[in-house]
Amino acid sequence: MSVLERRLIREASFGLTGKLWQISWLYVLLLCALASVGYVALYSAAGGAPEPYASRHLLRFGLGLVLMLAIALIDIRFIARFSWLAYAAGVGLLVLVERMGHVGKGAQRWIDIAGMQWQPSEFMKIVLVLALASWFHKASWERMGNPLFLIPPALAVLVPVALIVKEPNLGTAVITAVVGGTIFLGAGMRWWKMVLLVGGVAFAAPLAYSHLHDYQRARIETFLNPESDPLGAGYNIIQSKIALGSGGMWGEGFLQGTQGHLNFLPEKQTDFIFTMLGEEFGFVGGIALIGLLALIVLGGMAMALRCRHQFGRLVALGISMNFFMYVFVNIAMVMGVIPVGGVPLPLVSHGGSAMIMVMIGFGVLMSVYVHRDVEFADGREEV
Amino acid sequence: MKRESKRTGVFTRRALLIAGGQLGALGFLGAKLYQAQVVEGARYATLAATNRISARLIAPPRGRLLDRFATPVGGNRLNWRALLVAEQTENVGSTLDNLARIVALPDHERARIERDLRRHRRFIPITVREFLSWEDMARIEVNAPDLPGILVDVGTTREYPFGATLAHIVGYVAPPNDADVADDPMMSLPGIRVGRAGVEKFHDVGLRGRAGAVQLEVNAMGRVIRELDRQEGTPGQDITLTIDSGLQSSVLARLGDESASAVVMDCRNGEVLAMATNPSFDPSVFNAGVSQAQWVEWTSNRRAPLINKAVAGLYAPGSTYKMVVAMAALEAKAISPYDRVSCPGFLDYGDRRYHCWSKYGHGSLDLRGGLKNSCDVFFYEVAKRTGIDKIALMANRFGLGVKLDIELPGARAGLVPNRAWRLGQGKAWNIGDTIVHGIGQGFLQLTPLAMATMVARIATGRAVQPHLTRAIGGVLQPGSLATDWPSMNLPEREMHLIRDGMYAVVNEQGGTAPLARLSMPGVTMAGKTGSVQVRNVSREQREHGYKSENLPWEFRPHAMFVAYAPYDNPRYAVSLVVEHGNAGAQAAAPIARDIMMNVLTRDPANRVEPRGMTVADRR
Repeated sequence: MSVLERRLIREASFGLTGKLWQISWLYVLLLCALASVGYVALYSAAGGAPEPYASRHLLRFGLGLVLMLAIALIDIRFIARFSWLAYAAGVGLLVLVERMGHVGKGAQRWIDIAGMQWQPSEFMKIVLVLALASWFHKASWERMGNPLFLIPPALAVLVPVALIVKEPNLGTAVITAVVGGTIFLGAGMRWWKMVLLVGGVAFAAPLAYSHLHDYQRARIETFLNPESDPLGAGYNIIQSKIALGSGGMWGEGFLQGTQGHLNFLPEKQTDFIFTMLGEEFGFVGGIALIGLLALIVLGGMAMALRCRHQFGRLVALGISMNFFMYVFVNIAMVMGVIPVGGVPLPLVSHGGSAMIMVMIGFGVLMSVYVHRDVEFADGREEV
Repeated sequence: MKRESKRTGVFTRRALLIAGGQLGALGFLGAKLYQAQVVEGARYATLAATNRISARLIAPPRGRLLDRFATPVGGNRLNWRALLVAEQTENVGSTLDNLARIVALPDHERARIERDLRRHRRFIPITVREFLSWEDMARIEVNAPDLPGILVDVGTTREYPFGATLAHIVGYVAPPNDADVADDPMMSLPGIRVGRAGVEKFHDVGLRGRAGAVQLEVNAMGRVIRELDRQEGTPGQDITLTIDSGLQSSVLARLGDESASAVVMDCRNGEVLAMATNPSFDPSVFNAGVSQAQWVEWTSNRRAPLINKAVAGLYAPGSTYKMVVAMAALEAKAISPYDRVSCPGFLDYGDRRYHCWSKYGHGSLDLRGGLKNSCDVFFYEVAKRTGIDKIALMANRFGLGVKLDIELPGARAGLVPNRAWRLGQGKAWNIGDTIVHGIGQGFLQLTPLAMATMVARIATGRAVQPHLTRAIGGVLQPGSLATDWPSMNLPEREMHLIRDGMYAVVNEQGGTAPLARLSMPGVTMAGKTGSVQVRNVSREQREHGYKSENLPWEFRPHAMFVAYAPYDNPRYAVSLVVEHGNAGAQAAAPIARDIMMNVLTRDPANRVEPRGMTVADRR
């Protein structure tokens, strides 16, 4: 290691002020912009009033922002030390929700803490990223070639995914699996193994499906194909397409979206918020929002590339991927590209606990960025 | 180091690849969006225009108000109204101009419409005019081609068949204000009314009912294509009042032109049968909106037509209060039934002289004589011996100076003063205050309803509460039986003495209210007169032949009368206040007698009484 390089590695603690300077305020600004879009959309969803959605949205975002900045100042190595403990807590919560959580919209996925309803699966995705990153932090390229080394982290992905499937919440389970897989890829898992794995799952799924009970199959069918329920989810998709289409190039104007305001769009404040915006602000507004979301995703990826330790790189990769998956699944869903339901648009949709969890994720991401140059021994570099 | 750079290199390559994939995926979504909104936008826009689904609330009919014999006293009537949908007309101004040629559209209404148009989205119907006559409606329909955007719609409006007769009890409704709308989305429906006074206000929530919802498929013009789903709302509950509307009408008629208030109550259970206040007002005026001139006329009238004097008018009860003083004295053992007080026409205490209404005095009197002659000196003395706090406590037991459970917003508790209250004002209570309190004057302030309650409690010995609600939604409410009310636990012997005194007032030679005697064989009434000066009479006036009937109207004394009948089996209590009517014996007693005669002859129940209902002593 050259002297120059060594000098660039930051001291273990470089002071609160120093850390504050290291926060990417531009990135914080992007998040604020996204939350503002959410405010506008929720204001419209309530028929042109800050109550009941928009004002609370703002309050929660403020809370989330404070939480995010607080987490950003925590040393990333400190966070890394507690990764597995947090992971264990996440699995514990999933088991808890299975045992005593309450059922909402046909799925058992919520528990009440501090007056809000929390989905442990949201928490699980963040702590899974941390746990996997900490496992692969010390893994050399050669070690990644050893299949036995990959078995424990694979189990660490499978256990929560299985629990989330059982809730049942197929959408979140798929997102969790994809985020986990992305970290395997970033850590250096060989391409052919990944291809083999994905192919194997694709091949095994129908086999496993045929072994399920009828009621389980029926349940999965509704998740995969909401159009089979034309008065329920399928109907929403059709109306969503109509609303988007009526927006045209420039939209019908703020608060003028007839489809949304005539109340035919159920859950317009949660899952279908993008449709609502698309109708009122048209293609121009929609593409601008997608551009903003892309900037946030790619900004996270840039932070991953900029980081000088493997743990931080993998964490940043996982969190960016998680955010991306939310965005992609939600927007693809409201346009009828994919059939999965129940995924909100982060920082835009109404929903307190999801927003707080997303902001916690961004807090960890920012902590990676603040501590991008710290010396984080992985037991290998010093050899 | 080499290994490390290998690992880092792999990460960098793959991260860039993943980022590229993410960008590509979002680009794909952008392309799909372009396709959905721009390429196929026109087709979907047509779909949107032809296939809108609209969920609307259905306003539930407001519950009716019925009198005790199920005669409607407040109900709903069809109301034809013109609505305007801004997006269906090219020019709102010219549409309104055309409409103004057909039906009157004053400037302030025009301004209100413009304001509503700005507040609502263009496809929401705005009420342009309500209460259209059949002719107006027909003219609008005929001219429909010149009136794009105008719809004629039928809703309901509130109607009060008895008008001013029951205005103070029934109250009135008015369009909801912004605070109401914030509480309940149903309030934003056109035609919804909120109770603003009287029973309409007290029972507002029950009367409103719950809104239903209908899902409609509507086309781009807002026309309903078909109904997809319908959930009926719950109509508001009917409220059955204890009022007898026929009795109410005749009581009000008997009050004539006087500024007066009368309450008729069923002694046994506190049901208010009539509660008349004169002058009154027409409650249906509030439904459409009150004109400025009308409002000024009401509020500047010194007879205060908007005030329900029966529950919100405060009067010193005068001599009608003497029964309470007597009961307090007997219970406190301050006097015995046989103690006699000598009345020389005045009582001197300290440096003040307190006059009896009889200049020459009544001589020696016992309690019965004191009540019968309404001797002021007797009650000055008795009050002095008993003490203010004991009298005040007894007054509270008779329902005076406490909040009664009457279902009328704006009902007042009145004031029965005591030492603590006076201390709260930073002053000490004087014995002189007790002395004037003994004849129901001074700080004392009571409503006619409270006085009726007092009489009912004297007559039955039960702590009945006056109330107006007999049934809600057809379900009889508790309180309609005498046994629903607790006994006051006052000694029957003493209660008998008080009632006997009231009997003497009306029926014996020398009683103060011979004009109140019933001309009915076998039925007698017990009562008490009262006259209350509204300003002090100086010694000079007294010596120069003071005559209250020579004073201007607003300085004359109030006239009071309280009574119950039949004496030997109490059924009805009446209290009456004639503002500035001079003397209770002359101005109030005959009216009270006529009212009581009316009540007794109206209801056959006074002749056949169920066994076990007798609560008073028999003579």
